[in-house]
Amino acid sequence: MTTQDLSQQFQAQIQEAISSKHPLAIQGGGSKAFLGRETNGEQLSTLKHTGVIKYEPGELILTARSGTPLKEIEQLLAEQGQMLAFEPPAFADNATLGGTIACGLSGPRRPYAGSARDFVLGTRLINGKGEILHFGGEVMKNVAGYDVSRLMTGAYGTLGLLLDISLKIMPSPEQETTLVFEMPAGKAIEHVNTLARQPLPLSAACHIDNRLYLRLSGLTVSVEAAVQQLGGEKLAHAETFWASLREQQLSLFKTDKPIWRISVPPTTPPLKLSGESIIDWGGGLRWLVSDNPIEAVRKAAQNAGGHATLFRNHDGIGEVFQPLAPGIQHLHKKLKAAFDPQGIFNPGRMYLDI
Amino acid sequence: MNQTSQPTPQSSSLQEKRQRIVSELGAQLPKDCLLHSPEDLAPYECDGLSIYQSTPLAVALPYSVEQAQQVVRYCYQNQIPIVPRGAGTGLSGGALPHEEGILLSLARLNTILDLDVQARTCRVQPGVRNLAISEAARPHGLYYAPDPSSQIACSIGGNIAENAGGVHCLKYGLTVHNVLEVTILSAEGEFITLGSEALDSAGYDLLALIIGSEGLLGIVVEIVVKLLPTPREAKVILAAFHSVEEAGAAVGQIIAAGIIPGGIEMMDKLSIQATEDFVHAGYPLDAAAILLCELDGIETEIIETTGRVTEVLVNAGAYQVRVSENDQQRELFWAGRKAAFPAVGRISPDYYCMDGTIPRKELANVLSKIAERAEHHNLRVANVFHAGDGNLHPLILFDANKEGDLDRAHELGNDILELSIAAGGTITGEHGVGIEKLGGMCSQFNAQELTQYHAIKAAFDESGVLNPGKAVPTLHRCAEFGHMHVHNGELPFPDLPRF
Repeated sequence: MTTQDLSQQFQAQIQEAISSKHPLAIQGGGSKAFLGRETNGEQLSTLKHTGVIKYEPGELILTARSGTPLKEIEQLLAEQGQMLAFEPPAFADNATLGGTIACGLSGPRRPYAGSARDFVLGTRLINGKGEILHFGGEVMKNVAGYDVSRLMTGAYGTLGLLLDISLKIMPSPEQETTLVFEMPAGKAIEHVNTLARQPLPLSAACHIDNRLYLRLSGLTVSVEAAVQQLGGEKLAHAETFWASLREQQLSLFKTDKPIWRISVPPTTPPLKLSGESIIDWGGGLRWLVSDNPIEAVRKAAQNAGGHATLFRNHDGIGEVFQPLAPGIQHLHKKLKAAFDPQGIFNPGRMYLDI
Repeated sequence: MNQTSQPTPQSSSLQEKRQRIVSELGAQLPKDCLLHSPEDLAPYECDGLSIYQSTPLAVALPYSVEQAQQVVRYCYQNQIPIVPRGAGTGLSGGALPHEEGILLSLARLNTILDLDVQARTCRVQPGVRNLAISEAARPHGLYYAPDPSSQIACSIGGNIAENAGGVHCLKYGLTVHNVLEVTILSAEGEFITLGSEALDSAGYDLLALIIGSEGLLGIVVEIVVKLLPTPREAKVILAAFHSVEEAGAAVGQIIAAGIIPGGIEMMDKLSIQATEDFVHAGYPLDAAAILLCELDGIETEIIETTGRVTEVLVNAGAYQVRVSENDQQRELFWAGRKAAFPAVGRISPDYYCMDGTIPRKELANVLSKIAERAEHHNLRVANVFHAGDGNLHPLILFDANKEGDLDRAHELGNDILELSIAAGGTITGEHGVGIEKLGGMCSQFNAQELTQYHAIKAAFDESGVLNPGKAVPTLHRCAEFGHMHVHNGELPFPDLPRF
């Protein structure tokens, strides 16, 4: 594992960009470059800014530089029987920790274990004034100052450059078993939400092709008791199955049509939109492959109390994320100006005017 | 201190401002929604940190969010500081009134608006008590996880302002992990909803930013919290150690063994003695430290985890390990920990509760340094500790009636905050900065970081009407604080009233 601190070089590059008023396009491995709108700045690559700065299994804390490959971190954790509980998708082997946090994506474990931002404890970053700042820390509880580290999660690098990130780590479960049930989507949504009202060791629930897949994780005794209670068929090669859902390698994702990511309250019945879909996050996430007009999808998501992202196969020019309500949009502009007054970080990547 | 018998020029101008507010804002609200007489204002002079007190110009007590909106709009138009207040149980002076401002109490907005059992969510107003949510959810086998020690009294709005924690947060998370949506009143008096009942929202994570922002970015008027299924059973293990070092190390070993307990608490000798005298929980009086470790789940799971944890504890040097045999005994084991603060109150006329978080491995080191500093200041310290997440609550014992005691308690408190920072921790784990730890903020953050915080504040509240002077110190104040700190250890913020 290579270790290299490029903070000073980044600071110089950012200061140069500020004085010449040339925007920067922050990139890690480029594994999620398809996500969001196009941005036309000079490239700032975090790929060589690498290394795990601190990992203490007994403290459940890991701090690593933003260019550190996600894969290396996951391997290191696995050696100690630990994991990133938000189960982030990588989408390619070269995915970095920085990109993972900047995009804020979480995998199938999310509804039961928490999201990427839930596990972020601290960050060191460079803001749009070229200053190296440290927020949060390496402790579980910290309410000194505003929670900037979590604000950075999912901000697509538009508020600053992440230098290093401290995360809360969790122990890996002793046992995981996946059960399969034949049932239609509507019934599956209802069933999985009813199950979530009970103290069961649920760790993932998705619905694909008329089948509900439930993953149970925990101590062997707890998982076995839940298997007894729930019935269903045990799935062989379950780890591969969940990885292919998380990494979007299922056949649904092999398409040139627009792929929508629709986040809705988990009890929302199947959306009345044409196209092929799968359900993840115990009902909270709907992947839809569809030629539906953009407005129709956005409206359906909004009416359900959620939002829709044009995840793949878009032109990179129109809005990718759900447009914001005016009051919220106003706050976004003000916050962008508060962190990046010259607008040099990934302009337009999230929204046209941010 | 704010009420003098001879009106000074300042107090007469305050009186004029008060009268203006009473006539203008009073006309917009029902009669009992605006308090302004000295006897009505007195109960609002402080929150849970009573060493700081101040009288507001008026206290607004709206019955509805629309009335709250009228108050905020009036204050914004007239540039009058607004200090929001929930149940007033906060321990950092976050709800300390501004003497030229209006204290906005959300206590009457205390309705549970909706409980959606199938979605495991509960929509509430900010004045609803933390425990009331779990009580409403209980018949459905659900509960609201964050359980600050004041949960009987504290309100959910205040919990959001402070990102409240509690005993169970290592496993079940803080407030920020258990809230889905909040609606705020902006500084201008507009309603803005952050987050949603979906698991994420488009755009920046403003929900995470507002949680723990101590009423400086917006006033929370409606909340949707997440409910969790109640664990079937729980047991508590009580383990006694001859040294704090061993007890601290044992916690790390439990976690390294792959077990995340529902709660794991530590108490030191003085806390053990004080609580044992008070509640007779059966704590071993000869222990240097005890650990209380709660394990939850189904019966077979608990049998397994208690076995494993007991083994770890014994190997870590515990000389006594007891597992609660029934719910009654479990509650008795907890009773001591829960009564630690009042128990300490019995052995000392006053105590001052600190709230640092440190990396757990630094525990023994930090505790021995706290003991050294306490000796230096000639004060006693009892320590209780959310050991699982490194959140330390040293209780400084003092007597406010004794000359110099309060000053020395403050100095010791500042020393403890500095020790937390030096150990790689933070000045506040769950109580917030409020008015109390502004000095500590100057130590933990540099000028550029504080300036970034002020820029965030200005993005939400450019004119600074929301809870001014709290949570983030001005650079000027830090310079002042540093100066005083270096010179003769005087108390920070001499302009504040002290009792």
